[in-house]
Amino acid sequence: MFSEAAVREIQEIRAKYPTARAALLPAIYVAQREFGWLTPEAYEAVSDLLGVPRAIARGVGTFYAMYRQKPMGRHVVQLCTNVSCMILGAERLVDFLKSRFGLEPGGTTQDGRFSLVIMECIGACGTAPAMLVNDDFYENLTEKSIEEILGKYR
Amino acid sequence: MEKVLLKNIENPHSADIDEYKKAGGYRSLSKALDMASKDIIEEVKKAGLRGRGGAGFPVAMKWTFASGDPKFPKYLLCNADEGEPGTFKDRPILEKNPHLLIEGMVISGYALGAEYGYIYLRGEYPAAKDILNKAISQAYENGYLGDGILGKKTRFHLAVHQGAGAYICGEETALIESLEGDKGQPRIKPPFPVNVGVFSKPTVVNNVETLANLPYLIGIGGEAYARIGSPECPGPKIYCVSGHVERPGVYELPMGTSLKDIIYTHCGGIKGGKKLKAVIPGGISTPVLPPEKIDCPMDFVNMPKHGSMLGSGAVIVMDETVCLVKVCYRALKFFEHESCGKCTPCREGTGWLRSILGRIESGEGMEGDVDLLLSVAGNIIGKTFCPLGDGAASVTQNFIKHFRPEFEAHIKNKGCGARQEKL
Ligand SMILES: Cc1cc2nc3c(=O)[nH]c(=O)nc-3n(C[C@H](O)[C@H](O)[C@H](O)COP(=O)(O)O)c2cc1C
Ligand code: SF4
Ligand code: FES
Repeated sequence: MFSEAAVREIQEIRAKYPTARAALLPAIYVAQREFGWLTPEAYEAVSDLLGVPRAIARGVGTFYAMYRQKPMGRHVVQLCTNVSCMILGAERLVDFLKSRFGLEPGGTTQDGRFSLVIMECIGACGTAPAMLVNDDFYENLTEKSIEEILGKYR
Repeated sequence: MEKVLLKNIENPHSADIDEYKKAGGYRSLSKALDMASKDIIEEVKKAGLRGRGGAGFPVAMKWTFASGDPKFPKYLLCNADEGEPGTFKDRPILEKNPHLLIEGMVISGYALGAEYGYIYLRGEYPAAKDILNKAISQAYENGYLGDGILGKKTRFHLAVHQGAGAYICGEETALIESLEGDKGQPRIKPPFPVNVGVFSKPTVVNNVETLANLPYLIGIGGEAYARIGSPECPGPKIYCVSGHVERPGVYELPMGTSLKDIIYTHCGGIKGGKKLKAVIPGGISTPVLPPEKIDCPMDFVNMPKHGSMLGSGAVIVMDETVCLVKVCYRALKFFEHESCGKCTPCREGTGWLRSILGRIESGEGMEGDVDLLLSVAGNIIGKTFCPLGDGAASVTQNFIKHFRPEFEAHIKNKGCGARQEKL
């Protein structure tokens, strides 16, 4: 079940479109925020609220890389390893996250503090290598700067 | 050249409507609303404006098709999916100059008779989402969006639709599917979106940079605009340069600036005085070029004559330390990950290419693997539902075409000596 605030939020989103179905992507974002990840209940809530069949909600939700199909750490480190970042050392940063934080691609640290998601280009290639931590961009990364940045996320 | 698209971006308040108006913003909109809509399309035609999303399609032609369709309402969609690896040219417009885009969209909407617009924004740009939403509310408050714009009968409503991490949603019919609340899988054409697009209505999809050209174009007029840059393909263009150059970043230059000048004059040449090995000129999907082929005008018409494409204008520069087998492998890993799965040659083929490239890269390549790659690529090209699959195959073919000995040596020596730049 959605909170009342979430229901209102989705209804406002719904009003921006001529069909309820078009509100499905933004509604899944709301569900992800409300439930933490896309639990079966989250999909049910979206499907009931918008009147979209459950199989469709789930099918659409699982198509997109940024929807979370499993629980995630408190902070999601999204590191780009596409070509511009790779040729400037992104792979070494992947190794560093493993050795320093025990963080594997697609994994979560034991203490639930961080999850690591490998990204395809995040549009910061001119300041590569780059990552997003939750919604914040960090660019021109080095092992040293990554250590400092992650230190701020508790 | 005066800056048009990246105007004022050094100003920390450039995204604010008052700053934008102070710099002359929204004046072209009032000029446009005093014109007949078909005259605006005529100016765009005279300007020779081509879409900046990758294909370089003439804008006036697309608009004429959509405005001529008798169905209403019509939709204008801004493609802000910017997913092509190496590309970061739309982001500064979205984050620093959102009103330029909004003004461009209202003018375009008026020209083609669209009263509703959406900006399809990639999920990876959360900051841009907040900035755009704020700019949109400011534009509503100031009467530049909504019903009765500037006291006229014109109406245009605009909202942001956030994607969720799928490169294929940059393809316009996949974008439409995604906006309608579906998986981002391309549609068969025809019917074309200009006739049957989002919500089955006539729809124009244009790139961010394309739409951001409109205020300036209308301000100075089509003829003056057509005198900027390449005569066959005029206008200002944002080139975004990454990799091994001294000064990577975004450069707004006349369309048709040579690739060599971009790298050596504007970006200060190869980082640390190293040797250039290869350049991908227009985003990862465009054919790679060896150093002796970079003296070419970067525009949509001339690049194909020089063996590549302008694509998104995303220049990726690679110095002598880079292993091109690895770059090609990483590119194919991307295509495999982003294949939407709708058609077999792309869904299966990108996986095969990635897997063969992977074994060559890791030193387990077998004799004949290069020909095997070419054979698989040849079986993909021309047989896919949308250009993503073709792109994946052509990337592979072009790496081999220009750098075959490096692939062969990688197989023979079970790896390579290429070291990467230390952090
Ligand atoms: C796989 C694929 C990805 C694409 N990605 C983008 C993109 O991120 N942004 C964009 O503007 N166009 C992209 N395009 C091109 C669009 O389909 C479309 O041609 C473009 O948005 C039209 O706008 P324009 O005429 O202003 O260039 C992509 C095309 C394909 C085949
Ligand atoms: S070519 Fe690839 S991305 Fe395009 S429709 Fe086929 S499977 Fe999907
Ligand atoms: S390749 Fe990493 S941000 Fe573009």
